Amino acid sequence: MAAMTTEALRSTTSAGLGHALRKAGWFLVILLILIAGWEGYKWMGSATGGTYPFTSVALPVRPAAIPHVWDILGSLAEPVQRGSDQSTLAFLLEAAWFTWREAAVGFLVGGLIGFGLGIVFALFAPLERGFMPYVIASQTVPLLAIAPMVVVWASRAQLPAWMAVSVIAAYLTFFPVTINTLRGLRSPEATSVELMRSYAASQWATLWKLRVPAALPYIFTALKVSATASVIGAIVGELPASFNVGLGRALLSFSYFFATGPEKLYGAVLVSALLGIFFVGLVTLVERLAVPAVRRVET
Amino acid sequence: MSDATVLISGLGKVFNAGGDNRVVALEDIDLEIGPGEFVSLIGPSGCGKSTLLRLIGDLLPPTSGTIVVNGKEPHRARLDRDYGMVFQKATLLDWRSVRRNIELPLEMMEVNRAERRRRADELLRLVQLSEFAGHYPWQLSGGMQQRVAIARALAFEPALLLMDEPFGALDEMTRERMQMELMELWRRTGRTVVFVTHSIPEAVFLSTRVVVMSPRPGRVAAEITIDLPQPRVFTTREDPRFFDLLTQVRERLRGADEEPS
Repeated sequence: MAAMTTEALRSTTSAGLGHALRKAGWFLVILLILIAGWEGYKWMGSATGGTYPFTSVALPVRPAAIPHVWDILGSLAEPVQRGSDQSTLAFLLEAAWFTWREAAVGFLVGGLIGFGLGIVFALFAPLERGFMPYVIASQTVPLLAIAPMVVVWASRAQLPAWMAVSVIAAYLTFFPVTINTLRGLRSPEATSVELMRSYAASQWATLWKLRVPAALPYIFTALKVSATASVIGAIVGELPASFNVGLGRALLSFSYFFATGPEKLYGAVLVSALLGIFFVGLVTLVERLAVPAVRRVET
Repeated sequence: MSDATVLISGLGKVFNAGGDNRVVALEDIDLEIGPGEFVSLIGPSGCGKSTLLRLIGDLLPPTSGTIVVNGKEPHRARLDRDYGMVFQKATLLDWRSVRRNIELPLEMMEVNRAERRRRADELLRLVQLSEFAGHYPWQLSGGMQQRVAIARALAFEPALLLMDEPFGALDEMTRERMQMELMELWRRTGRTVVFVTHSIPEAVFLSTRVVVMSPRPGRVAAEITIDLPQPRVFTTREDPRFFDLLTQVRERLRGADEEPS
């Protein structure tokens, strides 16, 4: 039995490097396939003059609106404006940094509110029944309708505009955390709860020693969803906030020039996507520290 | 007041699942369990033996009748941590190491860290798992996990152990070894054990007394004193008297089954 245990341990650690290399290999293969698909579409569209092969049915996207991958990357190195000494990449990274801070504040606030609501709902079932419909309704209202209102209220309250954006990011963050916290808190088996009862454990002790640790894998799954949602919330929130910084602003202004130079907009989309990946990666890193490997939900 | 560890009289339990959906789980149970006894509850599934164990442990409220545990109401006994509980599944917390799992009940009692550690190490020695103190539950076999659960149940030195089919999920060989270990533990610590099982050989081998229960509604159909010599050893299972008692229990079980309900 002892031998079996140590062997299992060894195999999990020594497999680490090979596993990481295989993961990186697959990442590259998929990336190349995606690039090939992108370029293939453009090549096919150019060859047929913008229709499906052997038909006169127009393709959904004009091949001219699809820049080459290398043109997109090339545009990132170009100056952001004629005569500017800042490259588009530097401009977008600065914008991403600005947007991420708004998103991160929203993420933290929303995450805490989501966790708190989950606990309150788990402890007091009547509150869950009473409030859950509104929580769900809050997520059904289109963000585009709410964002301008929040911006207007924030400016009336003399709050800085970035705070309005963070509120919008928090608004998108809290919901997945609430739902998954609640589910996680209810995940312990009946016998585990009986065990705590047999110790004459208080509700509070049962919550912190049993339910919250049991809920952690669920909560981290929600936080990964929320990390991307908070970035979307921040980007959308920036639009009515009339900043001249941030990814939302960059996406908006680059979209004005889409017809003549789509590369820049695609570049901005790329940076937005990378920001989301970065944020989810950050959450995954924290998860690795907080939740042992066997209990993690792999994503 | 008698000096029984568990005294049950006229106990009944009805589960109300709403409307006409009433299930009479236990009816008119009288049972007295003295200090140091090892009593097995045996019966077909659904006879309420696990329910009876939960009533003793105040994990469920009775519908009628009374239970006295250590001379107190079960609720009081639970708050005083008078018993330790072991389930069929080890129900270890998988984010805690073996040692920290055993320390859990002591944390509830607000025992200080050094004392917790000392107690846990002592219990780990008792169940022969000292070298696994730092392991996590998922790194242990089923039998080892169950030994941790038993050590944990003994953490606050309860006079009474309530065990709900603790070896039910183990393979036959592990099971027999665990039975030997439990016997050893019981002799050394002198605890009172109430043990739920549906294995006749297990009940006969371990117990000083076997309580045979009838199918729903659960009642005490027979009580059979197991007069096999102590200590029970490997060869006890080959004793002619062992087979005698197996037959007795089996026949009582069949008799209980055929009783109209």
